[in-house]
Amino acid sequence: MIADFWTALVGQDFWWVLILKSAFLVVFLATAFAYLTLAERKVSARIQLRYGPNRVGPFGLLQPAADGIKLFFKENAAPAGRDRVLYMIGPSLAGGAAMLAYALIPLGTNSWFGYQFHWGITHFNVGLLFILGVTSLGVYSLFLGGWSANSKYSLLGGLRSSAQLISYEMAVAFALIGVIILAGSLDLEQIVASQQHVWFIVLQPLAFLLYFIGAFAETNRLPFDLPEAETELVGGYHTEYSSMRFGLYFLGEYVNMVTVSSIATALFLGGSLPLLPFHPFDWIPGPFWFLGKVLVLLFVMIWVRWTLPRLRYDRLMNFGWKVLLPLGLINIIITGAVVAARA
Amino acid sequence: MIKEIVKGMAFTFKQMLSRPLTVQYPEEQKPVPARHRGRHILHRYDNGLERCIGCELCAAACPVGCIYVLAAENDPQNPVSPGERYAERYEINLMRCIYCGYCAEACPTEAITLGPQFELADYRREHTVVTKAELLESWPHFAQARGPASARGAGADQKGREEIDPGVSPRVAWDQNEASLPVSLGPHPGDLGIPANVPTVTEPGARDSA
Repeated sequence: MIADFWTALVGQDFWWVLILKSAFLVVFLATAFAYLTLAERKVSARIQLRYGPNRVGPFGLLQPAADGIKLFFKENAAPAGRDRVLYMIGPSLAGGAAMLAYALIPLGTNSWFGYQFHWGITHFNVGLLFILGVTSLGVYSLFLGGWSANSKYSLLGGLRSSAQLISYEMAVAFALIGVIILAGSLDLEQIVASQQHVWFIVLQPLAFLLYFIGAFAETNRLPFDLPEAETELVGGYHTEYSSMRFGLYFLGEYVNMVTVSSIATALFLGGSLPLLPFHPFDWIPGPFWFLGKVLVLLFVMIWVRWTLPRLRYDRLMNFGWKVLLPLGLINIIITGAVVAARA
Repeated sequence: MIKEIVKGMAFTFKQMLSRPLTVQYPEEQKPVPARHRGRHILHRYDNGLERCIGCELCAAACPVGCIYVLAAENDPQNPVSPGERYAERYEINLMRCIYCGYCAEACPTEAITLGPQFELADYRREHTVVTKAELLESWPHFAQARGPASARGAGADQKGREEIDPGVSPRVAWDQNEASLPVSLGPHPGDLGIPANVPTVTEPGARDSA
């Protein structure tokens, strides 16, 4: 009975394969975080006609290592009036919540000697709900960090982040319902499989746009980076964090970028499916397709950040509630009507 | 609104494809402007004699008091400068110097000017007090560099400076009546590390536009 439960939860893999896969993904995400910071700095530099970091190692490739060492050696300063427990929980949750969602991402399969190896850790029938829930956990890290530090800037940052996340979470969820209607499933593997012939970005362009805009708000990136608007709030919710605790928030933010892009890839860009379903496109293994699509989305996120200015706070809320949410509802109605009419 | 966003995105993407403007400093260097006021240079006449006569007017003119001059009497048989005295020690505290150029203005013999050198950082405080050995134009090097008239007199440190800005030094006039110079060129014993058994100058002639 326990074995059945285990199989239902994680599939047919041996337990040590699961542990290896999890370890690999954690290391992979941490590395992705490190090099995403470098990519961010490089892309921003090129936009501003600079070179960006290019002194540490070839092309500055060791810069993330230098930054990491610096973070570890910095003094771990903390405000005296803090809530000690919550102050610790905040940053730990930031990285954890973002990484947890990655357990459900269908990264594609490699076939080795007749054995189908799934890079994704698991998938089950309410996967998308699980992902929505787990990514919403991230807001607790921001809010706890903002609250526990006992500082006005942190508190305002935390408040803003929770208000923003709640309003955009709605729009994002509505955007995803269109996809769920088309795929007829909440299981991410099946959603990817149902895009065999045509990607959902073609059938649901509005939903994709809504999701991607919401993703910017969820990852606290420009033009929606109100929670950490450095010109108004010093650093927002992480004002009072330093050293590696700040590093964990930073990690959470960037891993969240990867997670959000991966979800968009799986739901709208055909996940690990090749660009066109015939040779020579399907000679490239699925995981590489997945990675490539995620990288494109990440690049767009960085590109947008260094182009658009920050929205004013009331406009941000208005945009979420009065534009994105109604558009999401309209999308659901149209999709539902079309699917019902064709059935 | 969407039109503006697309326009902005297109602009930043175009920027990404264009060449960065950054000068990769230690490897790449921009030329210093002709009248740049960097570290000082103590000049010589074309015959190798030092221009500085140890009058200390530069030290008096200096608003921050960063110049120290210790004058000494010239040996008439073996002079260092064409005056009665020369600077035995000449030190500038670059930590104090504000690079205003008043010393150059005050100098009656155009002995001190502010040069192109700007890389003045050091790990040791003591090294930021530069001595005469560092400030003085190097003479043997200078003699080898004798070639185009414009470079003559500019010294190794200041090559080509007069070409860009003829008004910067009166040595142009000196060059014109070079034929009537009573002195021959050669290493000078007053210079550092040069043996004293070479023919020397007894009467260096009038200065500048004599």
